[in-house]
Amino acid sequence: MTTQTRKPLFPTSPKPFVHPYFGGMVLGIVLFLALLLTGNGLGSSGATSRFVTALTDAFAPEHVDRTPYLLKLAGGDKNPLDDWIVPVYIGALLGGFASGLLNGRLKFETTKGPNISNRTRWLMSFLGGVIFLYGARMARGCTSGQALTGGTTLSAGSWVVMFAIFGGAYGLAYFVRKLWN
Amino acid sequence: MNFPLPEFISVSASNPWTYVVFGLIGFAFGYTLEMSGFGDSRKLAAQFYFTELTVLKVMFTAIVTAMVLLFGAVGLGILNFNQVWVNPTYLSSGILGGLIMGVGFIIGGFCPTTSLASASTGKIDGMFFMLGGFVGAFLFGETEVLFDNWYANSGYFGRVTLDQVFNLPVGAVVLLVVLMALFMFWGAEQLERIFGKKDLSKEPKLRFAGAGALFAAAVAVVLIGSPSIEDKYNALIFTRAENEQQIAYSADEMLENRLVFISPAEAFKARYDQTINLIYLDVRAEADYNLYHIEDAVNAPQNRLAEILPVLLVEPPANSVFILMSNDETAAVEAWKFLAASAVPNVYILEGGINNWITFFGKEDETLAARPKPGAGDDELAFIFPAALGDRYESCSPDPVKYETLEFEQKIKLQLKRDKSGGGCG
Repeated sequence: MTTQTRKPLFPTSPKPFVHPYFGGMVLGIVLFLALLLTGNGLGSSGATSRFVTALTDAFAPEHVDRTPYLLKLAGGDKNPLDDWIVPVYIGALLGGFASGLLNGRLKFETTKGPNISNRTRWLMSFLGGVIFLYGARMARGCTSGQALTGGTTLSAGSWVVMFAIFGGAYGLAYFVRKLWN
Repeated sequence: MNFPLPEFISVSASNPWTYVVFGLIGFAFGYTLEMSGFGDSRKLAAQFYFTELTVLKVMFTAIVTAMVLLFGAVGLGILNFNQVWVNPTYLSSGILGGLIMGVGFIIGGFCPTTSLASASTGKIDGMFFMLGGFVGAFLFGETEVLFDNWYANSGYFGRVTLDQVFNLPVGAVVLLVVLMALFMFWGAEQLERIFGKKDLSKEPKLRFAGAGALFAAAVAVVLIGSPSIEDKYNALIFTRAENEQQIAYSADEMLENRLVFISPAEAFKARYDQTINLIYLDVRAEADYNLYHIEDAVNAPQNRLAEILPVLLVEPPANSVFILMSNDETAAVEAWKFLAASAVPNVYILEGGINNWITFFGKEDETLAARPKPGAGDDELAFIFPAALGDRYESCSPDPVKYETLEFEQKIKLQLKRDKSGGGCG
């Protein structure tokens, strides 16, 4: 009987990332197929709003009916989760997980700059999430829904949003350089 | 085949496949982001210190690839661009929201979708970003009431695309964006060489071939051009349920069978139908409009229709109904052809126009000081008004109680089961 080392089902050491141009091309084809089949592009921040609104609606439906923004999502008998963006959001979570699994990149860790502690990173990450989503709801879409999808369909407003995002980030980058360098 | 497929325009419980399709789109989206390295916040933040410009490269490669394919498909007539969701332009909230997002990006190191790719592969900072996102979205919903009017109206331009802004053919804009992207890629590589100390000679040569292919595809989009309004009109198909059967009509057949002409009675009653969002469009010259028009009718003379099209296209398409009217029917029919070809849904024509409306509702209107005008030409106002009082006659807004019961043949049927309001990230 020969000894055989069983090849693990999934890689144990992380594989390198794909080349950015290749990744971008695949992403572009996915986006095109989404637009072709459904007329909708990609997105995710809208789903965040819808999850929170569904939760609010479960506990305080009358509050939803009194708040104009929530009313549009969940007023009366409307179900805020009944929207295409919700399955896209869940799909994106699963897709990210699958890629991590197949490429050996599933690992509990914190990605951060070398000069800050994990705790600082977590706090900043949380704050960044709060700020980003606040802005994304105000601009009616994030980097995916506005910059990527709207950029592709040549929406004038989306190009403005895209430049504003980069403008905001570049404008502040110098002042928070300690976080990353 | 006509894309986008109407079955998959929105999710619906009656067709579970819609969830599968959107779920697969999301899956592919998350997968590509993760395999490009966007689960790692350092890779994203590096963009803003010029050491590694992966964000820009992936994002713009995706945009130009999808854009060239999209407008190629539109030019070939496979895809109806007016049914593709185009983010409406809100300049003020877009700029301020964008700047806020930029701040969140550099502090948090992610954007919403990349945080999903990060959290799902076990990155704790990605999970914190996701969690913060829920709080941010909650805070926006709670505080939006403070600036509701600004949010809903400031800098609003409707559905506007760059080719309209610069008044260029869409193909030319596609080519210009591709050239701009290629220039940015070149610039990004130079920055990586200078700030990121990257050895460019190790980069794959294949990227030059890719750039060439992209450029060639953009030139092809220019050569294909975009379908003319006549092409779009001839390709129109209306399906109407009649006697429990779905019957397909061409646009000309809709006109010939008078399926889009509605009586004054129906046009009037539709205003009190809570399930539809009714818009009266008066396509006559302003002088006629000033003499007499239906209350709430918007004056949209023929030559200005193209101008207001972006606004019409963002009305909720599932239940908006547009009723066109001229003095008789000629101008309204022309306007109908234009709007229908431009994919404005649920457009109807007031049968016999304003003249017929006045004949129908004016006979019991004692305030109406109009005399019949003998020998009025085709599509001319058949009445003489002593003063331009606009909609201040009783018959401009007939009393809904007095006219509660009216007999008419119901022609209005909603075409599209779609709600665009949630589009994009929204």
